[in-house]
Amino acid sequence: MSDSANNDKLMLTMDKPHPSSLLDTGVQGVIGKPLARVDGPKKVTGAATYAAEYQFDNLAHGVLVGSTIGKGRVVSIDADAVRAIPGVIDVITDFERFIRNSQQGGKTDAPAQGVRDVAYFGQIIAIVIAESFEVARDAALRLPVAYEREEGVFEFSMQLERDYDLPPNNTPAHAEQGDLENAMREAAVTVDSTYTTPSQNSAAMEPHASIATWKDGALTLYGSYQMPTSDAKQLAKALGVAADTVRIISRYVGGGFGSKLGIAPESVAAAIAAKRLGRPVKAVMSRPQVFEATVRRSNTSQRMRLAATAEGKITGIGHETTASNLEGENFFEPAGISTHFLYVGEHRLISHDLVRMNWGLSGSMRAPGEAVGLLGLECAMDELAYALQMDPIALRRLNEPERDPEKNVPFSSRSLMQTLDEGANRFGWDKRHAKPGTQREGEWLIGMGVAAAARSNLLMESSAKVSIHPDSSVTVSSAMTDIGTGSYTILTQVAAEVLGVPMEQVKMELGDTSDVPAAGSGGSWGAASSGSAVYLACEKLRAELAKALGVDGDALTLMDGMASANGESKPIGKLVGDGIEAVGTIKPGKQEKEFTQASYGAHFAEVAVNAVTGETRVRRMLGVFAAGRILNEKTARSQCLGGMTFGIGSALTEDLIHDTNTGKVVNHDLAEYHVAVNADVPQLEVIFLPERDVHANPIHAKGIGELGVCGAGAAIANAVYNATGIRVRDFPMTLDKLLDQLPVM
Amino acid sequence: MNFTINGQPHQVDPDIRTSVLDLLREHLGLTGSKKGCDHGQCGACTVLINGRRINSCLTLAVMHQDDEIVTVEGLGSIGNLHPMQAAFVAHDGFQCGYCTPGQICSAVGMLDEAGRGWPSHVTADLRHAELTDAEISERMSGNICRCSAYPNIVDAIREVAGEVE
Repeated sequence: MSDSANNDKLMLTMDKPHPSSLLDTGVQGVIGKPLARVDGPKKVTGAATYAAEYQFDNLAHGVLVGSTIGKGRVVSIDADAVRAIPGVIDVITDFERFIRNSQQGGKTDAPAQGVRDVAYFGQIIAIVIAESFEVARDAALRLPVAYEREEGVFEFSMQLERDYDLPPNNTPAHAEQGDLENAMREAAVTVDSTYTTPSQNSAAMEPHASIATWKDGALTLYGSYQMPTSDAKQLAKALGVAADTVRIISRYVGGGFGSKLGIAPESVAAAIAAKRLGRPVKAVMSRPQVFEATVRRSNTSQRMRLAATAEGKITGIGHETTASNLEGENFFEPAGISTHFLYVGEHRLISHDLVRMNWGLSGSMRAPGEAVGLLGLECAMDELAYALQMDPIALRRLNEPERDPEKNVPFSSRSLMQTLDEGANRFGWDKRHAKPGTQREGEWLIGMGVAAAARSNLLMESSAKVSIHPDSSVTVSSAMTDIGTGSYTILTQVAAEVLGVPMEQVKMELGDTSDVPAAGSGGSWGAASSGSAVYLACEKLRAELAKALGVDGDALTLMDGMASANGESKPIGKLVGDGIEAVGTIKPGKQEKEFTQASYGAHFAEVAVNAVTGETRVRRMLGVFAAGRILNEKTARSQCLGGMTFGIGSALTEDLIHDTNTGKVVNHDLAEYHVAVNADVPQLEVIFLPERDVHANPIHAKGIGELGVCGAGAAIANAVYNATGIRVRDFPMTLDKLLDQLPVM
Repeated sequence: MNFTINGQPHQVDPDIRTSVLDLLREHLGLTGSKKGCDHGQCGACTVLINGRRINSCLTLAVMHQDDEIVTVEGLGSIGNLHPMQAAFVAHDGFQCGYCTPGQICSAVGMLDEAGRGWPSHVTADLRHAELTDAEISERMSGNICRCSAYPNIVDAIREVAGEVE
């Protein structure tokens, strides 16, 4: 491995496997355990401080103003009409620097700027500042804005001109191998179906919020952001200031699911207003603004083609996706991302194209690609299984590749079949009626479905600083975030395990860009990337402790704050003088090219479909997952519960609807955009299979945050088919799509 | 106007448009109660007023002269958690934590309702509202959790309900 170890730094680039891990030799015994969150007591008492909750004297309240046309130009904003309202401070806009839309995650440049031209309904064009929220809201509602309307593209249609010239987005836009057309012609059995999925919204519970404060020409922004390190760069670029003058603080983030990967319009508006007024400004998006002016998961149309022999061996796979985005935005929903490696098949065509539209920005939402791509692929696999009259698990077993079928490289670790087999046993898959529509309880039709889960594993450059103090306590600091994923807890566990200290002795400082840079939370890379950085810093400190004790690292035992070797035992604080610190940095390397890395799993669902009303209820769901080392069984399970519930929403209810005349999101709130509520979710079961991935990183963990949604909706859709014999290919499967095909009572 | 908030008397002169939620968050610095939608759709702002759960974003402060308001800060504190708060930690009944104060206040109010024998939409026998998992889920469906800790929330509430009985 290409380590570079300076005095207080340890950097590791993953060019080679990392076969051993101090997490396996540590004796503190906290890693992997189902420990309660260390930030739990703060969260359940209201003591955790989210972006909009920092207290400032002289705070001014901003309310954002969104456009009320879907395409055109702002002619004028009549600020004088509301300035006279008592309590109004000012109406502020900046037609050049206000951002048109959010930025994608990880970018270090500004998003599209300039808001005189309106590209979508709800685009933020101004901010009204007042002494109170009530006054600012009133003035924002009354602010007269004159527009020139232009004709826009408000309805998705495959007939519209498509953009074929796209850069890769974690997967190539276009990839072809062999001759799929010919494979389809020559196959004994084929599937050729088109699945459509609607736009969706992350709908994190905390709306996007920023408080901007300037001091001596430097900005501190309290924001709700997943990736503060790159977000601070985006914000600096958007404002036209030096990167080192922007600090973002995101200690607690009320959910993100992709929508807070890049900066959103409220940050720039608050920063510009605060600078102009010379006082702190708070800007919180209203719930409708979150739906209209942050980021959506694109709708997709996916043509799925499978060619197979009479025995069920797949010879060809086609997955052609068309998604949508704003003009000038290159993000495409990478729906075919796991189709590249999930099943064998010599002839392959996996492509992505964009239709340019005047709907809000499309970007990453939990498991961009797989979440909707596996609705297409895993339902198509179910169709193939029925066409072959074959068990769907047997079909997957027959088509399990030994190596990546396109890159011809090995898998770093892959337990797909084990998860399917374990799940089948636990769920009682053998009790499934293979013939659709044959199991009935009163007016309810019962069915079972299965689907594979897969999510590409990512490692991102990330750093963490760890300090050991003379009192034997430990501090971990990094610009990493915890968006509900459990970072505070699992990073505490990694440090406690490697340094051999009790959890209570570790203090966490996260979410501040004045600390060392971090990958942030997104793409399921957070725990592995940030955890590896903490691991490396601790590895370096462990070596220092051994040196101070005058022994080899191998001879050193660290437990309960004591360093022991050769019968001698000392508190670690006594070995560090005035204190020692180290920065660990992990970087992706050749291992991600030389091995195809992904987490896998299997979803099983049992549904009941009402034969009279068409209502679908999920009665049972089981997810079996293998994602390398599980760092904390409790928080990992919760991540999977959340993912599976996203799957329920995507299968049955979530549908962001745009008005076809204006592009306005007509269901822009939580009453009309239906995320799953408590009564929609049964007691879900989650099982983890033991696994280690030595090619992924030194802690041998793979991503888990998005795996739970990948394939979950497909298992439900396949269960609905098994229950009713109705194959709905247009998501979500609302009752109107079943009603006219249900069997006569 | 006078309110009793978490046992303490408060005298405030709110704007007539100020919701109880904004009174708490913006005027009194009690940011434990969360604003998720400001439309009464998500439940993150749930507090207890005179012992009953209410969406504090949907009720104006001026409607609550002399009322007793209890927020998540008033239920317990770090080191002295309310049993419902402790159960949420033990069962991981949250992830990002933003809906959590509302879930906890709602759960406390809900158990009181169930204790009084109030039925719900899923109660089969209106004379005996037994607190099954289905009952808990139904009665807690006004509190959205996008992280989807629902199964864990039900576990936490079931445990506390068992102790109450």
